[in-house]
Amino acid sequence: MKSYDAIIVGGGHNGLVCAAYLAKAGRKVLVLEKRHVVGGAAVSEEIFPGFTYSVCSYVVSLLRPWIIRDLNLVEHGYQTIPLECSFSPYPDGRSLCRWSDADETRREISRFSTRDAEIYGTYGATMARLAAFAKPIIDSPAPNPASLKPRELFEMLKLGKNLRDLPADLLEQELGLMTMSAVDFLDAWFESDQLKAPMACSGIIGTFQGVRSPGTAYVLLHHYMGEIDGAFRSWGFARGGTGGVSNAIASSAQSFGAEIRTSAGVEQMIVERGKCRGVVLQDGEEIRASTVVSGLDPRLTFMRLVGEEYLPTEFVSELKRFRFRGSSGKVNLALDRIPEFACRPGDSAHLRGDIAIAPSIEYLERAYDEAKYGKFSRRPYINVVIPSLVDSTLAPPGKHIMSCFVQYAPYDLEGGADKWPEQREAFGDTVIDTLEEYIPDIREIILHRQVLTPWDLEQEFGLTEGNIFHGELSLEQLAFLRPVSGWAQYKTPIHSLWMCGSGTHPGGGIMGAPGALAASAMLESGAL
Amino acid sequence: MPLPSPFHPRTADLCTSLAWKTWAGYFAVEHYGTCHEREYYAIRHAAAMIDVTPLYKIDLRGPDAARLLARVTVRDITKLAVGRCTYLCWCDDDGMLLDDGTVTRLSDEHFRLTAAEPYFHWFETHAAGMEVELRDTSAELASLAVQGPRSREVVAAALAPEFHAELRSLPFFGAMPARIRDFDCVVTRTGYTGDLGYELWCANESALGLWDAVDIAGYAHGLLPAGLSALDVARVEAGFILAGVDYSSARDAAIPSQKNTPFEIGLGWTVELERDAFIGQRALIERKGDPAARRTVGLVLDWTELEHLYEAEGLPPELPSTAWRGGVPVYSKTGRVRQVGRATSGVWSPTLKQNLALGLVEKASAKLGTQLEMEVLVEYQRKRVSATVSKRPFFDPARKRSTPQNGSLV
Repeated sequence: MKSYDAIIVGGGHNGLVCAAYLAKAGRKVLVLEKRHVVGGAAVSEEIFPGFTYSVCSYVVSLLRPWIIRDLNLVEHGYQTIPLECSFSPYPDGRSLCRWSDADETRREISRFSTRDAEIYGTYGATMARLAAFAKPIIDSPAPNPASLKPRELFEMLKLGKNLRDLPADLLEQELGLMTMSAVDFLDAWFESDQLKAPMACSGIIGTFQGVRSPGTAYVLLHHYMGEIDGAFRSWGFARGGTGGVSNAIASSAQSFGAEIRTSAGVEQMIVERGKCRGVVLQDGEEIRASTVVSGLDPRLTFMRLVGEEYLPTEFVSELKRFRFRGSSGKVNLALDRIPEFACRPGDSAHLRGDIAIAPSIEYLERAYDEAKYGKFSRRPYINVVIPSLVDSTLAPPGKHIMSCFVQYAPYDLEGGADKWPEQREAFGDTVIDTLEEYIPDIREIILHRQVLTPWDLEQEFGLTEGNIFHGELSLEQLAFLRPVSGWAQYKTPIHSLWMCGSGTHPGGGIMGAPGALAASAMLESGAL
Repeated sequence: MPLPSPFHPRTADLCTSLAWKTWAGYFAVEHYGTCHEREYYAIRHAAAMIDVTPLYKIDLRGPDAARLLARVTVRDITKLAVGRCTYLCWCDDDGMLLDDGTVTRLSDEHFRLTAAEPYFHWFETHAAGMEVELRDTSAELASLAVQGPRSREVVAAALAPEFHAELRSLPFFGAMPARIRDFDCVVTRTGYTGDLGYELWCANESALGLWDAVDIAGYAHGLLPAGLSALDVARVEAGFILAGVDYSSARDAAIPSQKNTPFEIGLGWTVELERDAFIGQRALIERKGDPAARRTVGLVLDWTELEHLYEAEGLPPELPSTAWRGGVPVYSKTGRVRQVGRATSGVWSPTLKQNLALGLVEKASAKLGTQLEMEVLVEYQRKRVSATVSKRPFFDPARKRSTPQNGSLV
């Protein structure tokens, strides 16, 4: 029987990154993916003939440039194209588009507030300076605050020093970010609702919190950490859809000798005397390895594949408190032509970025209120992109795909999560109804519609409770607390079982850092 | 006053930035919109159309046309098949590089040469006694580059239907005559971006028809007009040298050290020494193994080091947003640190996430993998950052050379 140094459970982008690094270091690696394609939530699929959807995750931002270089991803087909702008239509016929060009953006914002227009650049510069201080955090493993090892202490000191080195004006902003709500933080800077509403959205994406919930301000910073060439427009499309990223990483991993098997779902981890020895596949096949690495989220990894009985009590109870609470859904559309926005008709550059349906703070807060009580928002926040405008490989000439990220769609629907299948199309209708208020002809041009609820995300993509980040990205679930305090360094209480998914530091998004940092932690520890 | 190119009525309408520069006496667009990035991404992601009319062009016709080209340039053009292009350069009697360009064999006795600088009379002078007619077609022919991964579909859709199949199977460095609407043109699978791409050549009178046909065909494929700033980013990624930037022509050299042999400039592979006499042959045979020679190299700069240099000043790393040109000293890294050459152009590659440069260094420092250092200016202070001698092209997608087997669109 074939034996491996490491089995990676889950062929999502982090699992693949981890596999590539381990294989590059000369280890014999096998990646096992349940679905028929690799990529996990970073996947492109031709759901409707001729139209390739980025089914789940739809933009890339944080994929670490050093990973791109280390793994020769460009040679394996990785290419991104930055989003042009952020466009926000309003129901009163006005609209705002924020561009990479500062003067153009200033003119746009002036239509709502000349005061905001004047200070907008300073805001961006301040956030960028703050992000520079935070960046080392996502590029290195989380230190263990309880450890007395010199290296860990040094890392903690470095973080502390980073904070101490902040000039007084930045320190004040930093404290605000750590404690305030996105809206409160933005209120201190801006006066116009039309500007603040779309900006506040980046504080809530993927969390079950409202724009007025404390702690959401911190996530605003993540927006400024995105790195496509240090440019302001830090978000981009991957060529061929987000699956293009996964395919490039998979191809890189294979070039280093890693083996990848699809349609090979893992049923359980083989744990013998506290040690993980391999896995059992859903079809009963047993594969042994000296190390097993899970790219799945912590709940799935430990509660489903390992089993509570093998785990320390404290670990289990902390894990049970780790919050998932998926709050978003996805609607993918195939369109017969370019959609026309009533407030800014025609096909122009404003459609080539992301489009935020977030007309006011109140709108967003109402959307959250409904979700709190187990309903999907009647008028949700929608983040729309039309990637086929810049990547014509995705749809037939002249036709387009439109990806809609929709929040809030609470996993715990009134009456239980399993009510979702019967609510799915109603949820899809709500999204189209909302879009129709801005794109009057949307119904006429839809050729196909795919609706994914949090329940679908859990069933099909193994995202517990439909959380797109493998666990909420809130302060108390980050860094040395992710996923469980004391176990934030990719190791687990089971010997020879490691974690490398988004549920570990530094978290979700197509970043690749958890996979890469996990691989180097394993190699450094001499575990394999 | 620079002249308008035959595409000017279209480019002038589209160039909302009013960012013009001059190129060989013509108005040329630097970037159409507020910045060049969109145009760059069109080259790498979709397709871009670039007005390259300012290239110098010479048409050579007659039984001795091949012999003349073989005599003046470093290539044995007599071996070039009809319907093929080649890249080459030409030298002076001392084997010193004058210019580089392409030659296309349009028929047995009809060739077209492109050049960065005017060399019509240089070729004419050497045609004495040969049966060949030279014509400077620089001001008669419009040329439009269509470059990018979708350029095959765009060009195919622009051509009359009977040419689609041939276009789809046109190999890298292939050439074919074709028709668009009611006028003739020539399509070559050439370009300056290091990507899949074509160049379309037609008479000036048909220029607007050509532009419109490509523009309309490209709409569904995300085609954009691109200016020279975007092209410059792509050409550094492709590792292509630029006359007057990365090397100076022997004709313009003020002192001997400003002259270079083709071997030094990375064009050694174009030189065919063992054949009938050609200009510079003797000198080139002697200089081929010259140990004192220099070499053009690709440099990949260490990004982490650069970040640290800026970090020490409390700053995020800064980069010029466009490709840079100029002379920057390059130093040895091991042993006694001394200057071993210069970097002549460079760019932060948005596709590779790498900081790239092209340079000319001593032969001993030119081996792949050699660690050198390049000067950088950080907050007004001269610093040095590690640079690794790397293979060119830096970016080399398979689609550049590949041709679909079954005529399908890939």
